[in-house]
Amino acid sequence: MVDFIWIAVALPLLGAATLLLFGKRFGEPGAGYFATALAGTSFVIGAIAAVDFFAGGHHGELVFLFSWIPGLGIDAEFLWDPLSALMTLVVSGVGSLIHLYSIGYMHGDERYPRFFAYMNLFLASMLILVLGSNFAVLFVGWELVGLSSYLLISFWFEKPSAAAAGKKAFIVNRIGDFGFLIALMLIFATFGSLGFGTVFENAGELLDEGGTLVTVITLLLLVGAAGKSAQLPLYVWLPDAMEGPTPVSALIHAATMVTAGVYMVARTGALYELAPFSAGVVATVGAVTALYAATIAIGQRDIKRVLAYSTISQLGYMFMGVGVAAYTAGIFHLMTHAFFKALLFLGAGSVIHAMANEQNMDKMGGLRKAMPKTFATMAIAWLAISGIPPFAGFWSKDEILAATFNKGGLYVVLWIVGLITAGLTAYYMSRLMFLTFWGEKRWDEGVEPHESPNFMTVPLIVLAGLAAVAGLINTPWKLSLEHFLEPAFEGLHLAHPPDGATPWLLALASVAAGVAGIAYAYRRFLVGEAPAETGPKWDLLENGYYVDDLYGKTLVLPGKKAAEQLAFTADAKGIDGAVNGVGALVKQLAEKAKPLQTGLVRNYGVVILGGAVGLVLIILVRGAL
Amino acid sequence: MTVTVAWYLMLAAVLFTIGGAGLLLRRNALVMFMSIELMLNSVNLTFVAAGRAIGNLDGQLAVLFVMVVAAAEVTVGLAIIVMVFRKRSTANVDELSGMKG
Repeated sequence: MVDFIWIAVALPLLGAATLLLFGKRFGEPGAGYFATALAGTSFVIGAIAAVDFFAGGHHGELVFLFSWIPGLGIDAEFLWDPLSALMTLVVSGVGSLIHLYSIGYMHGDERYPRFFAYMNLFLASMLILVLGSNFAVLFVGWELVGLSSYLLISFWFEKPSAAAAGKKAFIVNRIGDFGFLIALMLIFATFGSLGFGTVFENAGELLDEGGTLVTVITLLLLVGAAGKSAQLPLYVWLPDAMEGPTPVSALIHAATMVTAGVYMVARTGALYELAPFSAGVVATVGAVTALYAATIAIGQRDIKRVLAYSTISQLGYMFMGVGVAAYTAGIFHLMTHAFFKALLFLGAGSVIHAMANEQNMDKMGGLRKAMPKTFATMAIAWLAISGIPPFAGFWSKDEILAATFNKGGLYVVLWIVGLITAGLTAYYMSRLMFLTFWGEKRWDEGVEPHESPNFMTVPLIVLAGLAAVAGLINTPWKLSLEHFLEPAFEGLHLAHPPDGATPWLLALASVAAGVAGIAYAYRRFLVGEAPAETGPKWDLLENGYYVDDLYGKTLVLPGKKAAEQLAFTADAKGIDGAVNGVGALVKQLAEKAKPLQTGLVRNYGVVILGGAVGLVLIILVRGAL
Repeated sequence: MTVTVAWYLMLAAVLFTIGGAGLLLRRNALVMFMSIELMLNSVNLTFVAAGRAIGNLDGQLAVLFVMVVAAAEVTVGLAIIVMVFRKRSTANVDELSGMKG
């Protein structure tokens, strides 16, 4: 019985409400302690509830909360199975660490309690998303995540750029949600239900394999997933979302929001299995996004933007994984990525904190000595994301690549794309590390870097430990995670790495790509003079191929023009004109009637008398009125 | 020569006309007010006379109502006139044309 799992959602929700109402009383650091304690308790509750799954073979259960929309047969209900349990643990675990880190990072902020209120809200939203037992509850979480990301990205709303970034994230997400919502309507129209159980059990009967309907549904689901998980072409909000405080970046880009799309595709695996075309599109979008974002990351100078594009690229891997039906591998990478990317963001935050809010890597360098803990922990994350064994990223990335390769046919092309991306990833991450921690000190005058307080370094150390060893839970020799997740994906044809010696060769290839990337970066940045990286080609990369400008010109500008037309022509002249016209007409008539009111009592008296006499005359003449 | 109801009605008509003329021709608010009283009471006379001629009490009932309303009206009206006089030092209605459109 895991009925108590609702408490894991209720606690952060309660925390958000309490801090919004009485945040000032908590003050600093009380609000931070309070929120962190609630987030931590959520994790503990999740861990207790998940105990049954560690033994294996347990299928999970439904936790009924209340009847929500009885007319449509939709209940507020949670599904507690290995997949949602794993997601809950990752979300609340990494989320708690980020809460803890924020106690130190947000020190001195004037809206300190409100920050933690939003953080708690974010955590609760994400938990609702992963725990929902039907698409309706999932959608509620989905939208709440969008809302809380908007609140957090534009947390420093005095900065126009932050306010704009929040707006952008919200609008781009809404575009994705639009597709998602249509998919939900189609699902409801087909199955008459939104419950995961009903839909997936009847999918085989009600939908033709490879049929149009299932393909359309899954492609629309992909639109939603691409919006939330920042895949091509809806990735543009994520780099801008770096305007938020750094812990927010860590929370959004590592543990929570962006993983929602991957989770959703994995959860709806039963539908994707019936739509091989859509699954292929998912894998292709993932691979292309991975490569595309990696090339942009190479040219970024802002330490957080490198990580932002790196996130998009890594999410591409996850999409590739779930696209080829290697759901375990995709979720595995989601988990390891949550650890090492949260670590990288928090480390970057620690660096930014130390450099007095400087984010440009050109002004860093030589920080190794000044910030030993940050450096050591980030180094582990760097090796993990570069795919160097035995760190976490290697195992999960390699499993995705191997499963993709094993699919054969055109999927080998995707494997090659993934391999190139692995090399690029190692290169740009090494570039980040070398520019930040090695080499000359290029600090601005007056900047005295110092190690961050314990509140910030403790989460770094914990995450570093996880980033180092988390990969070992699913090695080719001991597939613990796969066994753990097995009940959740029962009945699906999961993709696996090939047998025999091939996986070793594939692993060798990806390690070689990683090492090559690091070696090239080493030669380029640490041997002799570091190149300047200026000129039109680098501008192109730094500005992300000017996609933002392109979207601005082709989509935003026409939208603005249309809005202007509506506002200043249709509304101001058409609708306002009609309303004002009626007013003007009445006014003119009144102007004509005004002289009747002379203000002289005698005139009124004459009129009344005349009227009375007139009435009497009429009565006398006609005998009646 | 008997005094028939027509006499009363004639008297009432005369009083009503005098009142109406006073209302229209005089400018002093107080005098206009007195003219209105005259008109009201001429109507009262009509009611009573007609009621008597027809032989029921409706006329007298109506008169009671008119008297009550007239009493209330006098109270309010006089108060207004006094206030206006204090403010403007005049009770000439031609000078009180602030409601001119």
